[in-house]
Amino acid sequence: MMTNPTGKITQGQFSFLPELTDAEIRLQIDYGLGKGYAWSIEYTDDPHPRNTYWEMFGMPMFDLQDAAGVMMELASCRKTFPSHYIRLMAFDSTRNVESIVMSFIVNRPENEPGFGLLRQEVGGRSIRYTVHGYASDKPEGSRY
Amino acid sequence: MNAPDYHIPGSTAVAPAADAGPHEMTCARTVNEVLAQSQVESVFDELERDLVGLVPIKQRIRDIAALLVIDKLRINLGLAAEAPSLHMCFTGNPGTGKTTVALRMAEILHRLGYVRKGHLVAVTRDDLVGQYIGHTAPKTREVLKKAMGGVLFIDEAYYLYRPENERDYGQEAIEILLQVMENQRDDLVVILAGYKDRMNTFFKSNPGLSSRIAHHLDFPDYAVDELSQIAQRMLTQQHYHFGDGAEDVFRDYLERRIGQPHFANARSVRNALDRARLRQASRLFSERDRVLDKADLTTLVPADLLASRVFQNPSS
Repeated sequence: MMTNPTGKITQGQFSFLPELTDAEIRLQIDYGLGKGYAWSIEYTDDPHPRNTYWEMFGMPMFDLQDAAGVMMELASCRKTFPSHYIRLMAFDSTRNVESIVMSFIVNRPENEPGFGLLRQEVGGRSIRYTVHGYASDKPEGSRY
Repeated sequence: MNAPDYHIPGSTAVAPAADAGPHEMTCARTVNEVLAQSQVESVFDELERDLVGLVPIKQRIRDIAALLVIDKLRINLGLAAEAPSLHMCFTGNPGTGKTTVALRMAEILHRLGYVRKGHLVAVTRDDLVGQYIGHTAPKTREVLKKAMGGVLFIDEAYYLYRPENERDYGQEAIEILLQVMENQRDDLVVILAGYKDRMNTFFKSNPGLSSRIAHHLDFPDYAVDELSQIAQRMLTQQHYHFGDGAEDVFRDYLERRIGQPHFANARSVRNALDRARLRQASRLFSERDRVLDKADLTTLVPADLLASRVFQNPSS
């Protein structure tokens, strides 16, 4: 069975589409800013589906008017972590929403080995399953 | 990046939407067509109507606008038009309208399509410089990010550099500012403002900053006529007016006040009018039984102005 048929991890929005270009990312950011969202940038080298909280790259950016600010920060994140996963997230601060409403990956490593399915035999004929990223065998920082 | 092994219908026809901006005005061939499309004329009219005096400033704004319009025509004909550097420095005495013009500048540049959003972010030293090591860079960058697509207005910019303290973090803020001013000049316009002599000292100690600012605009002091016009407009806005003889008294007041220390042009006018309003209020307040009609409530009489300190001490 193939756990990673497309050769790239699919998380968040647009992940089944070809990679977004910078111009397309800029349009998405502008759309979010128009809705009053606050953008933030996060990165990780452990894209396990259960790894909800990635590392923050700087503070969430409130009160921005133009996508250029987010793009500047994204450029500096890409420079710092060229082969990490980087995602952009939009936070909607509307009362009672107060959560992330957009999230998409904007940078990924050259080679994504994907995940393996581990089966653990437990009492009787039961089997427990777990998902394990091949890349996460290596220590943090040298995975991709 | 890995190419996906699947095909999405229609995915090959991804239209590059990035360069939609310049093509909006493809058809414009004459100055009038560009002006009609950008509606910059109405900003000029507002400028002429709302701002008293400031002739050299208005002229410079017209020059800049003309350059941007011509650039637009050049782009339409496929000629190279490098985005001009529009960072500015406003110098002038207090109350000469630096902030007001900066606000207008943001709107004009937006209408001409030079900045994308046209908002103004006004900051001072406190918003840029941090309190401890490593605090300044993120703080400055955050302000710059907020200002992108618009105009960053740094009031009293000379406070950024404090030569008496060699470990002052202001220098760090200036360096980040310089970098962004140079590399992302189509993303934001920086306007520095301050009093003339102190800005000159500031630029002397930061030559890199001075040379990156193309437009040094000096705001002249207002003449008595202009100040009196400004007073009329302020009063009209607040639904007041000068009673019989009050305007002449006010001109007399201005002539005396200009000679005194700490005269702050339009700001002094505003303060003088505010104090006159106070005196008018207490004058009306003391007549408990009088029926006050609209004229009473909106008129400033000479007595309200003559009570000022300026008239009581003629020697100064």
